[in-house]
Amino acid sequence: MTEVHDRRAGGTESFKLRMRRYDPESGEAPYWDEHTIELEPHRSVLEAILQARDRFDGSIGIRCSCRQAICGSCGIRVNGEPALACHTHLDAAKLGAKDGVIEIEPMGNMPVIKDLIVDMDAVHWKKIRRVTPWLLAKQPVPEREYIVPKESMVDVTQTMACIQCGACVSDCLAMEVDPGFIGPAALAKAYRFVGDPRDDQQFDRLNDLAQDPQGIFDCTHCFKCVEACPKDVNPMGQIMRLRRIAIGDHHIVDKNNGERHEAAFTGLIRDNGILWEAELLPRSYGGASWFGKFAPAAGKELLSSLPVAFYGLLRRKMTLGGILKPHKIPSADLKNVQAIYDKIESRPERYELNLYIVGEDEAPEPVAASPEGSNS
Amino acid sequence: MPEHDVLIIGAGLAGQRAALAAAQAGANVAIMSKVHPVRSHSVAAAGGINAAISVDDDWRSHAYDTVKGSDFLGDQDAIEVMCSEAPAEVMELEHMGVTFHRNDKGEMDLRAFGGASMKRTAYVADITGQAMLHVLYEQLMKHHETVARYEEWFTTSLLLDDEGRCAGAIARDVRTGHMEAFRAKNVILACGGAGQAYKPTTNGLIVTGDGIAMAYRAGAPLMDMEMVQYHPTCLVETGILITEGARGEGAHLLNANGERFMEKSAPNKMELASRDVVSRAEQIEINEGRGVGPDKAGIYLDVTVVPRKRTLEALREIVNLGKDFAGVDITREPIMIRPGQHYIMGGVKTDVDGRTPIEGLYAAGEVACVSVHGGNRLGANSLLDTLIFGRRSGEHAAARAASMSMPQADVNTQLRDDSAKLESIINRPHDGRRVSEIKNELGETMNRHAAVFRDETGLQGALQTIERLKEEADKAWIDDRGTVFNQDVLGALELGYMVDCAQTTVVAALERKESRGAQFRTDFPERNDEEWLKHIDISVNADGSPEVSYSPVTITQWQPEERKY
Repeated sequence: MTEVHDRRAGGTESFKLRMRRYDPESGEAPYWDEHTIELEPHRSVLEAILQARDRFDGSIGIRCSCRQAICGSCGIRVNGEPALACHTHLDAAKLGAKDGVIEIEPMGNMPVIKDLIVDMDAVHWKKIRRVTPWLLAKQPVPEREYIVPKESMVDVTQTMACIQCGACVSDCLAMEVDPGFIGPAALAKAYRFVGDPRDDQQFDRLNDLAQDPQGIFDCTHCFKCVEACPKDVNPMGQIMRLRRIAIGDHHIVDKNNGERHEAAFTGLIRDNGILWEAELLPRSYGGASWFGKFAPAAGKELLSSLPVAFYGLLRRKMTLGGILKPHKIPSADLKNVQAIYDKIESRPERYELNLYIVGEDEAPEPVAASPEGSNS
Repeated sequence: MPEHDVLIIGAGLAGQRAALAAAQAGANVAIMSKVHPVRSHSVAAAGGINAAISVDDDWRSHAYDTVKGSDFLGDQDAIEVMCSEAPAEVMELEHMGVTFHRNDKGEMDLRAFGGASMKRTAYVADITGQAMLHVLYEQLMKHHETVARYEEWFTTSLLLDDEGRCAGAIARDVRTGHMEAFRAKNVILACGGAGQAYKPTTNGLIVTGDGIAMAYRAGAPLMDMEMVQYHPTCLVETGILITEGARGEGAHLLNANGERFMEKSAPNKMELASRDVVSRAEQIEINEGRGVGPDKAGIYLDVTVVPRKRTLEALREIVNLGKDFAGVDITREPIMIRPGQHYIMGGVKTDVDGRTPIEGLYAAGEVACVSVHGGNRLGANSLLDTLIFGRRSGEHAAARAASMSMPQADVNTQLRDDSAKLESIINRPHDGRRVSEIKNELGETMNRHAAVFRDETGLQGALQTIERLKEEADKAWIDDRGTVFNQDVLGALELGYMVDCAQTTVVAALERKESRGAQFRTDFPERNDEEWLKHIDISVNADGSPEVSYSPVTITQWQPEERKY
């Protein structure tokens, strides 16, 4: 039998914590507070904070309870990155620290109440409430359970696994620019109902979230929330699924131009193998035809983009030739890109990734060749 | 001053279920919790919920398994209520939106669990508690107009009127430090167990016996407090729980010789015997030198015998727990576990409608003792307990509220007293011990002497320690002098709650001179139905000391018999 890897062997080590403190009653600005704690390297940042609190300063404020990454209380930032304190090992945190001191701060995008405690209600829960976060059940309600495909319940379990810790909200770049963006956690919650075959309002939910200028098309696809999530909920992936169902199944054409923009994007890459930004905008507003460039909406958008383009040229981020010359990749490569499109689009069902539906049973041990031979 | 027909303290599964039931019955409802509702410890319940929903099953079979699991200390009338109402309740939760996993026919799938005679545990991967808690919170958001939510409010005491009826509670807004009196026709305690009185424990840091202690101090009797469940599979170092679902899916327990030692104590059910039996068997292996790991303090849980795809789909959370908290890929190698404090079968004594002997005061969930778990709770019966008795409490309290006027207790004196008490803690001189030191000593004492095996000497020693800790707790000092999120001062109050709970547990364990369920006395190793087939009740005397009395066990259909798995 394999020996269980024993991680206690090393004994305790010293770790330095640099904690962002804020006392709202002091009238003072936030400040940094340092403590040195002793723990085994694989213990969590939460245990380190609690040791500092128990031994040195009981006034350190942090929400926490389960210590096993399920209650979602202890969302903070460790070395600038969002994390659950209980789910971050000290050795890893020390490696990620720029000067060997583990830096601990409250989460971003939410107002700080005290020390590491942020106002989740003012931001996170408000956004959750925005997506009608309860089942609008199909009628009539059956006497026993709803009979639904096995895979569908496993599928929504990925978003059900969200522990509402706020890590994705903390790191959302779109929300930083547009605080009104419904955001990754709430939109993942929306998928939990959109993907639930017992829900009666799939179209209305999607139409609502597509037409809202701060809805599913406000996401800038930056992957920050995917990295931030300690439970692999993959919020951005859920937002993309909301878009695909809205566009692919319900053909929702939204007033934010999200659906056309996405079509322009994928169309350009199919045609050229690479994005041609100068063509993206006219196509997004005027459609794929040559005349689309003259669509009034495209012109208006083009005009408003001119200053950005101008500064881009000025700072040599782009060149005039680079803008006007169609972007292309070698035709052999383009054929390969288009083959990918053909393969994906020829699937009878949309290909969805879900972390709960992964893996295979391990291949059986190879059968030893039988001396008498085998009929099978 | 806020006034409500029904004030629920605690917002885990029992509390939220009670709130919904009371609101649906037309009452003016408020739910108050010291943490945001979805942080409640129900969130950590992993494996599932029992109900005889299969066409081949019968609730009487579920009831019998529960009675047997309880080592015949459970009250059979209450167990009949719980098990017969279970299927409809689980369906209700399914209709609310819980994403119960399905079988190939699209019906709810069921998994095997300890002490059960057939597969009857409905589940959502291994996040069943989380899924149910979050879905109930969805319903609270939906019903926000009829259920007021006081999130992050800490209850300091229960309010009684002149006739001794419960008339509300005093609480502190954690965020602002503001103290407030809440008038209520009925109060439902739903604030969980007292696992933090033990160290280590599977329970969250918030599980500090608040409701048990507040009810006890208000004069309500506690019952079965000696019955403390040690879960068989907790990570050796941190005490983090590995769900019984792992064994339900087929995982084995192995000692240092690679033997499935459960053959000795439970030849039929093996790893799926009831939890007290499995924990004891593990502890014997460890005590007799057949443990694994550097200190021989663990047992191997071998999940590799479960098909890998099934593990990844149905036990995903513990795959992650193993990786993140023990550095082990459970799909490829066994993981080291041991028994760890997990659940308190005892609690505030109630009837099947959640009523305590104090009029207007109800209790439901782990805080309560109906008693459906008796000497030992079956896995996946706790979620069921929270829902059934949460709902029944909510319904009963709402009905009672409809037929009465608001009790007129004097709230100002108690509000002033509680405020003064908090102030005095905040201003205590630093000449005693820190709260954290006392809490550690309490936890370690309980885990040494009031654990899987107990005896007179150990328990007496523990009682003396607890009495000293109680005095020290009254002088324990803190650092935080602020009002906004002063978690330090709340920690001092929680310590007081935990000490009370620990004391009653040890007193009851000393009292019960036999071995039954989770109580195993090495000095009285046999079950003794003649003398001890009865509940131990503990209430508080005027001088604060515990008073022991007894109440009968209700037997309906199942006479006590020898318990074999």
